[in-house]
Amino acid sequence: MDFSDTPAEAEFRTRAQQFLDAHRDDLPSLAGSEEERLERQRKWQAIKAKHGFACITWDREWGGAGGTAMEAVIFREEEARRGVPDAFFGIGLGLCIPTIIRYASKEQKQQLVAPAIRGEQIWCQLFSEPAAGSDLAGVRAKAVREGDEWVLSGQKVWTSGAHYSDFGLVIARSDPDQPRHKGLTTFFVKMDAPGIEVRPIHQMSGGMEFNEVFFNDVRVPDDQRLGDAGEGWKVAIYALMNERVQGGKQRGISAAETIALARRTPAGDATLADDGAFRGAFADWYIRTRGVQLTRYRTLTAMSRGQTPGPEASIGKLVTAFELQEMSRLLVEAQGLYGLVDDSELSMLRAEVHHDLLHAPGIRIAGGTDEILRNIIAERVLGLPKGPQPEKGKPFTLTK
Amino acid sequence: MNFDFSEDQEILRGEARKFLEARCPLALVRGVLEDEGRSHDATLWQGLVDQGWTALTLPEEHGGLGMSRTDLCVLAEELGRVLAPVPFASTVYFLAEAIMLAGSDIQREKLPAIASGECIGCLAIDEGAGEPSRKKVEARVQNGLLSGIKQPVIDGLCATDALVWARDESETPRLFLASLVHEGVRRVAIDSLDPSRGIARLEFSGVPVQPIGGPELLDRLLDGAAVLLAFEQIGGADRALEQAVAFAKERSAFGREIGSYQAIKHKLADAYVHNQIARSNAYYGIWALDADSDELPHAAAAARVSACQAMWYAARESIQTHGGIGFTWEADQHLFYRRALHLNMAIGSPRMWRDRLFAALEMHDGDSN
Repeated sequence: MDFSDTPAEAEFRTRAQQFLDAHRDDLPSLAGSEEERLERQRKWQAIKAKHGFACITWDREWGGAGGTAMEAVIFREEEARRGVPDAFFGIGLGLCIPTIIRYASKEQKQQLVAPAIRGEQIWCQLFSEPAAGSDLAGVRAKAVREGDEWVLSGQKVWTSGAHYSDFGLVIARSDPDQPRHKGLTTFFVKMDAPGIEVRPIHQMSGGMEFNEVFFNDVRVPDDQRLGDAGEGWKVAIYALMNERVQGGKQRGISAAETIALARRTPAGDATLADDGAFRGAFADWYIRTRGVQLTRYRTLTAMSRGQTPGPEASIGKLVTAFELQEMSRLLVEAQGLYGLVDDSELSMLRAEVHHDLLHAPGIRIAGGTDEILRNIIAERVLGLPKGPQPEKGKPFTLTK
Repeated sequence: MNFDFSEDQEILRGEARKFLEARCPLALVRGVLEDEGRSHDATLWQGLVDQGWTALTLPEEHGGLGMSRTDLCVLAEELGRVLAPVPFASTVYFLAEAIMLAGSDIQREKLPAIASGECIGCLAIDEGAGEPSRKKVEARVQNGLLSGIKQPVIDGLCATDALVWARDESETPRLFLASLVHEGVRRVAIDSLDPSRGIARLEFSGVPVQPIGGPELLDRLLDGAAVLLAFEQIGGADRALEQAVAFAKERSAFGREIGSYQAIKHKLADAYVHNQIARSNAYYGIWALDADSDELPHAAAAARVSACQAMWYAARESIQTHGGIGFTWEADQHLFYRRALHLNMAIGSPRMWRDRLFAALEMHDGDSN
């Protein structure tokens, strides 16, 4: 049990710090329009790729640095300390490109992997549909084989970043006479292919990071199929498994910022920081968010020992999303009537907490709802039996 | 960074688990619970002593094994799993720690007696209802003699030596070391929510004591114990959850196993999350304790708050999952429920520790800014 850097980790941290300090002027921030931010992040990604700090854990063969998971975390820690947001490339590099490396042809990998690492090409994931969210195997978008091509039609939804993506990973039903989990096939598509239409979704938070994506008889060459026809479920699960390892990152304002804010907030005859009820609620919030962070270190330790991460890795988002929501509410409500003021000039911390409060409901749903995550823990970790599966084994066309 | 136990520590865990599974079945815990004449199990205690567990962290020159507190927390977790009815925390986390941290040469001569099991400790701070107050203490020491009443005192019935919080001659509260083998000591058993860990009232009239430390020592002892007790709580919480899961897989209602209903699944998944969160916070706590880090005050408080929540939730919802059978005296679920309550109150309430967590973090962040 040793929480400090090993000599090798300390050396890597110094190297990362030197690199980041040398490129102080290139570091992106959260400021500006989406377009401006994307441009700066692309440049930054290219610089990182050039110096071996993009995709640190990947094999050198694919443009990675052949580093350890711990090194990737150290680099990210140092980036975050300097205000660099973790944006735009997470889905491509965290989920789509690993799937490409696993399933695409050699030529395709040579064409697709390096530009993605350099931030030149951005990827999105097209799995969810209006009738297939938590229950992904309910996918209805159709893929019909015609010679050397497939024709894709149907609607995808909740696609982050589809509006600025170059490629997408899509799952569709290629054989509706098979049971739900069979008869699915996964492809990658060019987002500028004729027949793809991207429409932004206006979220309750006011933002528009997600999209609906319509496939109107989009022709996809068969060589863009990933895995065998009918084996799409397996490919999608492979992609999502990579997502899970990423989950549970630190969200919202830090403990120190929260305490400082409470100290500045009048309550009763003193401040919010003197209020017993608030101190108690803070403690409960702290142990859970800090606990998730520390749990990630346990996962990393397992990985650095060459072990598969234990099931504890699955608790991250379930805890952080809810805690973010409740702590944000508490802090905003504690401002009294002034808490209603949602204005980056007038509100505390540039209205960041207000922003978190309106964003939190989405985080509790995206990438596995709280309820689905609890089911996963109960069934896969604790080994509790599944509920009735009335659709099991039935052809998809006969299910609801 | 290496945020897990070493191979040697896992071997130690394996041996401890085997030993305790054989020597401390729940029937033994129940035996103490149901016997008003016993506040601990002396045979089990002797067994732990024979294994060298009371000597584990003591220095070699005093008959100890010189092992680390991280090694000790492995044992703590295993003792917590089996709800061991022994004065281990009182003796090892408090008495031995206090002497190792602050004891004079003469006081250190007690250490071999702790190693050999002759000496059993207890911590006597409280005097009545409410969280222990540093200021409102009535017990006092004059001319080296202690008088006053301390209650409740965990393990006060079987202890040979006590750490007592009392006023010195200048009215300043301090920690004193008292031998309880003295005619001026009267011990009275008090009924407890968890009779498997007995509590007592200690009445002192003119008992010779020696000063051992001030508020800093007490805080340091409480922080260390918070971390070690957190491991006991995690052990108990994991086992309570295992029992609930096993029952939910077995018991059927409305034509299927109750564990296949989401109401049960989600409850038990939440218990799993509490346990993992508590474990991670406790790992950080034991690192801070062993590394003597200035983060110990908040790391210890986080470990304790988290572990209190975990064991309480698991014990409470294990009874609920078991349904009617879980509410019977014969079922074991109430042993966990009672122990969870005992541990939640053992060194100050969860409320007090939430407050300490906030204060410690504010202090630490203020220092580093």
